Amino acid sequence: MKRAVAIIPLVLAVIVGGFFLWGLNPNRDPSEIPSVLISQPAPSFILGPVPGLDVQGLSRENLLGNPTPVVVNVFASWCVPCRAEHAVLSALVERDGVRLFGINYKDQPVDAVNWLQNLGNPYERIGLDLSGRAGIEWGISGVPETFIVGGDGTVLYRYVGPIVGEEAVSTFRQALRQAGVLEERS
Amino acid sequence: MRRFFLVLALIMPMSAQAVEPDEILSDPILEARAREVSRQLRCVVCQNQDIDSSNAGVARDLRLLVRERLVAGDTNEDAIAFIQARYGDYVLLKPPFKPETYALWFTPPLLGLLALGIGGGILMGSRKRKKIADLSDDEEAEVARIFTSSSEGDHR
Repeated sequence: MKRAVAIIPLVLAVIVGGFFLWGLNPNRDPSEIPSVLISQPAPSFILGPVPGLDVQGLSRENLLGNPTPVVVNVFASWCVPCRAEHAVLSALVERDGVRLFGINYKDQPVDAVNWLQNLGNPYERIGLDLSGRAGIEWGISGVPETFIVGGDGTVLYRYVGPIVGEEAVSTFRQALRQAGVLEERS
Repeated sequence: MRRFFLVLALIMPMSAQAVEPDEILSDPILEARAREVSRQLRCVVCQNQDIDSSNAGVARDLRLLVRERLVAGDTNEDAIAFIQARYGDYVLLKPPFKPETYALWFTPPLLGLLALGIGGGILMGSRKRKKIADLSDDEEAEVARIFTSSSEGDHR
């Protein structure tokens, strides 16, 4: 009995140490919020086009019945990381033939038009979410955020933050491969 | 007087609010309910702050949404459920009680009971050890013999 009691501090130290090990893992992002949308149908939203831009608006209907999964990217011209991410998304569209839809989040249409004219427009459709209400429907916490939506309108994947840098890009490409958008690398 | 200003200076920052005048509802009862609901919802940007006191853009949007729902006739629970459906359990500052969170709810009382048990056990054990058995008849006789023999000897 005495021996068993003497072991308790060691057991506690191991348990607490285990939590420390888990907490100190550099790959763990403590601010990561699990999305409730994954494996759920895309939320309902209807967004009109950005005025002054010759691109159609975006609504839930456009995400249904696509032959392949599509990418939905929430962006804004005022969002600095979006500028960096723009090149990555453009490359995915141009080189890999990914279908990209955009939600222009809380942006001034004039700014959005200028931004897209300067950088080029990789988006097939862009919905203007001036009030941020569609953003809430998608459960976003900020911009940019990127979703992969299956052909039947099911949300398959969510990426929070800019897809910039080797690690982020490879993570996202891996998700695209799993969704069947990109060819499996043999 | 100086103390009054000190207290005032300490209290004033606490009353600083994130809720902006244009958000506040004209109906004070609804507004009070909106504040109550907002205090239970976590800001998804700042994460350890409720949306009622957060200045983040999304927090403002959520405050407006809560008020919109309440005006539309939702109960407080409905309004919370509406946000929860979009952002998950994470937006609730008080975690819900369900199988996934049993560990969270039960671990502290269990650890407390465990600590009390161990502490109590050790205390009981040490009390028992302190109790010394009475001397046997032989030992009593021996003690009496030592006392008498030492009193007969020389005292230094």
